[in-house]
Amino acid sequence: MATESSTSNREDVVLRLAGITKRFGPLLANDAISLDLHRGEVLALLGENGAGKTTLMNILFGHYVADEGSIEAFGEALPAGKPKAALARGIGMVHQHFTLADNLTVLDNVILGTEPLWRARSRHAEARAKLAELSNTFGLVVKPDARIADLSVGERQRVEILKALYRDARILILDEPTAVLTPQETEALFATLQKLVERGLAIIFISHKLHEVMAVSRRVVVLRSGKLVAERRTAETDRHELAELMVGRPIPEPKVEPIPLGPVALSLRAVTLAGEGHPRLQDVSLDLHGNEIVGIAGVSGNGQGALADLVSGIAQPSTGALSLFGQEIHYFDPAKMVGYGVARIPEDRHAVGVVGDLSLEENLISARYREQPFSQRGLIDWRKVREFATRIIADYDVRCPGPQAATRLLSGGNMQKLILGREMAENPRIILANQPTRGLDIGAVGYVHQQLLKARTDGAGILLISEDLDELLALSDRVVVMYRGRMSAPMARRDVTIRHLGLMMAGHGFAGEADAA
Amino acid sequence: MDAIGIVFEASLWAAAIRIASPLIFATLGELICERAGVLNLGIEGIMTVGAFAGWVSVYNGADLWTGVAIAALAGAAFGVLHGLLTVPLGLSQHVTGIGITLLATSLTYYAYRIAFPSVTSPPKIETFAPLAIPGLSQIPILGDALFNQTPLTYLAFISVIVVAYVLYRTPIGLAVRTVGENPAAVEAQGIDVTLLRIGAVAVGSAFMALGGAFLTMSAFNSFYFDMVNGRGWICIALVVFGSWRPGKALLGAILFAAFDAYQLRLQQLAGAYLPYQVFLMLPYILSILALIAMSRRAGYPRALMIPYRKGER
Amino acid sequence: MRLEPRAEAAKSIWAIAPLVAVVASFVVAALLALLGGASPFAVFAAVVKGAAGTQFAFLETLTRATPLIFTGLAAAVAFRAKLWNIGGEAQLYAGAIMTIVLGTGALPLPAPILIPMIMAAAMLAGALLLLGPTFLKTRFGVDEVVTTLLLNFVMVLVVSMLLDGALKDPMGLGWPQSRKVIAEAQLPKLIQGKRLHLGFLIAIGAALLVWFVNARTTFGYEMRAVGFNPRAARFAGIPVNWVMAKTALLSGGLAALAGVSEVAGLKGNLTLDLSPGFGYTGIVVAMLAMLHPMGVIAAAIFVAAMFVGADAMSRTVGVPNYIANVMVATALLTMVTAMLFTRFRLKWR
Repeated sequence: MATESSTSNREDVVLRLAGITKRFGPLLANDAISLDLHRGEVLALLGENGAGKTTLMNILFGHYVADEGSIEAFGEALPAGKPKAALARGIGMVHQHFTLADNLTVLDNVILGTEPLWRARSRHAEARAKLAELSNTFGLVVKPDARIADLSVGERQRVEILKALYRDARILILDEPTAVLTPQETEALFATLQKLVERGLAIIFISHKLHEVMAVSRRVVVLRSGKLVAERRTAETDRHELAELMVGRPIPEPKVEPIPLGPVALSLRAVTLAGEGHPRLQDVSLDLHGNEIVGIAGVSGNGQGALADLVSGIAQPSTGALSLFGQEIHYFDPAKMVGYGVARIPEDRHAVGVVGDLSLEENLISARYREQPFSQRGLIDWRKVREFATRIIADYDVRCPGPQAATRLLSGGNMQKLILGREMAENPRIILANQPTRGLDIGAVGYVHQQLLKARTDGAGILLISEDLDELLALSDRVVVMYRGRMSAPMARRDVTIRHLGLMMAGHGFAGEADAA
Repeated sequence: MDAIGIVFEASLWAAAIRIASPLIFATLGELICERAGVLNLGIEGIMTVGAFAGWVSVYNGADLWTGVAIAALAGAAFGVLHGLLTVPLGLSQHVTGIGITLLATSLTYYAYRIAFPSVTSPPKIETFAPLAIPGLSQIPILGDALFNQTPLTYLAFISVIVVAYVLYRTPIGLAVRTVGENPAAVEAQGIDVTLLRIGAVAVGSAFMALGGAFLTMSAFNSFYFDMVNGRGWICIALVVFGSWRPGKALLGAILFAAFDAYQLRLQQLAGAYLPYQVFLMLPYILSILALIAMSRRAGYPRALMIPYRKGER
Repeated sequence: MRLEPRAEAAKSIWAIAPLVAVVASFVVAALLALLGGASPFAVFAAVVKGAAGTQFAFLETLTRATPLIFTGLAAAVAFRAKLWNIGGEAQLYAGAIMTIVLGTGALPLPAPILIPMIMAAAMLAGALLLLGPTFLKTRFGVDEVVTTLLLNFVMVLVVSMLLDGALKDPMGLGWPQSRKVIAEAQLPKLIQGKRLHLGFLIAIGAALLVWFVNARTTFGYEMRAVGFNPRAARFAGIPVNWVMAKTALLSGGLAALAGVSEVAGLKGNLTLDLSPGFGYTGIVVAMLAMLHPMGVIAAAIFVAAMFVGADAMSRTVGVPNYIANVMVATALLTMVTAMLFTRFRLKWR
């Protein structure tokens, strides 16, 4: 597809992708994508999960080699498959998963790879001075001698940007940079990006969040199923048009009808969970009723994981009590929790949700293999297992070669459907959904939402942990915010704004943390 | 002489340093591999290779330092093999390491039998002689222990300083430390993870081979079957004990060796009361205890034993 | 060149991998034979003849395979659950010690009672020996590879100590050896006048039993789940540490049976050279078998044939018998490499 030539002239083009095609087996991840990037602009690369954005950028940066097509940076061809060449040309990339070494200092992370490897001594003093200068110029404050492990997510992202600037990057690629930031941190990031383009950098901003794309970019290109389907000047488009371009059809909004609350299903009383150094959970209290969804907001790593571990039966409270249906639980064990009717959708599908090397049918019985009808006196009845698996695969529309296929071969959406099927098969009364839609395409997201809402109608109480505030506000009856292991009082959804949530996620309103930001 | 008095004898400490020397080399070698994120269980076999290669070279007329160099190269060759299998192919580091040990050991024994088909006792070579450092060797106790050793022992101590300097003060050292923490960080800064890791494993394996060479070229003057005798496995424990830091690993090796030297003397003293096997067991049991004591400490390289494949998360 | 994951597991490689491993080990052996100044063909011919050329040779191969089936099963069971038991050697000696303790007259019982009792006691000893490192792994995160390896050295010294002391044969002329087991404790020979003994059939039975456990029981399911992904298994509610402990008991017990079989079936007494590394070779056997219990039988016979054949060959052709060890190690490394390609394919760009 020919790129629409914008008002700027050709010398302004700093980067040109021409006909980039990349296949993974039968999957066409990028289909003849061509685009230009101009000096001093923010170009948004918009697309759903799985549309091919990250693949494209990995090709640009040399992590992958394209099957077809070419890349030109500053008028010269860029050799394929060489991150070093991309770096040398002034292309910097901030990955979605930060590429920092946690046990090393900021300074070490920044200077890595910027000096000839065989130099007899690292030039720390010069590096420190240059880093300080960059910090001042762009307002990116970091302590050079801090260990990465001790930094907040926002600070780590600053280090990533500084890494690129330290190498005199002229083109900066940011892959889903706001996924883990609070709304306020996101605003600060946008201000930084503005400063960068004013100084002549060119930025590619990869996102699937429409309002961010509208706020930060000058141009938008939309990717769908590996194809570049549209290019728009941001000023000449709107969210609705972009949404339809991105998905290719109108997006159904989840509808949450108000229904009367059921009895208390899950109750936390002053629960504290000790951790290394500081507690993972501190004095947390919450009542979750049947027929309701309580949304848990917060920057990742502020105790949501501990809460999930607790309700999953993996961790137990150091002090305080957890009750299910009025019955206090003393013995914490995943199988016990499942027995009480707790369904658990874990944050990391691949690492925790399934055993990828086992078959679908084996994964479907992982919490119930000791029970009838799946086993009797230690012997598994594979015929019964297969019947069950076949039923779940059909009911939950899991697309797969069959119940005996290896689970790791499933797509993210189908893997999540498999987990939903396993967890929801026994009509659970409590559901812990931890980032249930992360990384799924819109169709699968809609399916997950629909299943959760159906369970809510059927009487289940649902704890929904999500970093996607739009999702939280769309589904939750009440919302709480977690910050450094503590939990705010619940707020009714209609009383909450994104801006307010953002401030709380940064610590406002938590005792002793008046102005943590 | 009593059990306490032994501790203050110069000969104990001289022996301790002697026993420590091969452990220092091999522990440094394992430390380099693990710092780069690769567990090298080939260590036992690579030490055997080093012991044989150095010794047989000298036997065939090479001078001692050439023998040392050949031993290091032979070790590095097996390191490259281990690296190729575990880094780009990402095979289980446990199984591959055991395989390397089996292969290196059996190849060595085969070569030995080919070279000396029908000898009953293996031929001897002229080994490194102790080299007293003028002045320093006159210091009481310490002088004899530290400064009246063979050049290979001095090389071991110098190696600790060099490896520590390289790891903490140079760009390549930073790259090695980072690749053991998060290979993606190295890749993102334009450094080839595969090359870096294979290189580190090769260098580390060369050090292991030096540890083996010390046995045939300084401690003893000949090559015997089973002469490494679990020293490699002990060094793996010493790396953990030293929290993956060269200085602490050195300290651990000396402490360990001092204990070993002490038990040898205690054995002469108390041999009448306890079977000698009890004393021989102590180093192995001590290693296990060290592993338990250090198990709760953080500080292990985060990417240890996790293969890295480009673009895979 | 890079590896790309396969969308579908390549089944054909399951058949090809062992073949590739065998061929690779022969290629390496051919090179070594040339290095030793002998014709590779003469060497191979002598190896094959020595391993299977006569009834005597073949029975000798099966006799040598017997302990390898036990140690191979021990490794296969443990590795399946990713419990890296490298301590087969120590567990074998634990079993051998129990055989001597109970089988030299301490229990004057008839064979049908005594032999099962010895086997049970030996399995318990081997199991407990592996339980220690397993506990250290699950409780403190201590790498069991190193602890089981170190225990091998400790155990050999324990045997040496016992042969100097409590278990020393008073009639042994001072040699470090134990007394002979009594007739009731001996495993009967399968063929009159030959060395092959009941231990071989017990080994086959053990392999069948492990196969059944793997395929049909909840324990087999648990071992697989824990081995592939302990985090997910724990999340699902599988008691990971308990599964590890049960696996350790089974694995240690199987390795100990190798000791029973060698002492009560073949040697009659305990000496320090009872095992020429059966514990370590068991690891190779397990890997060659791709951890499948039926494969273990085949792999153990193959490996035993290499050793028995190489022994005979070194007497006739004069190439050192360590060539067999090299072949076995080569086969191991080739096998794990070949297995990789069931899940990945090479792409040349």
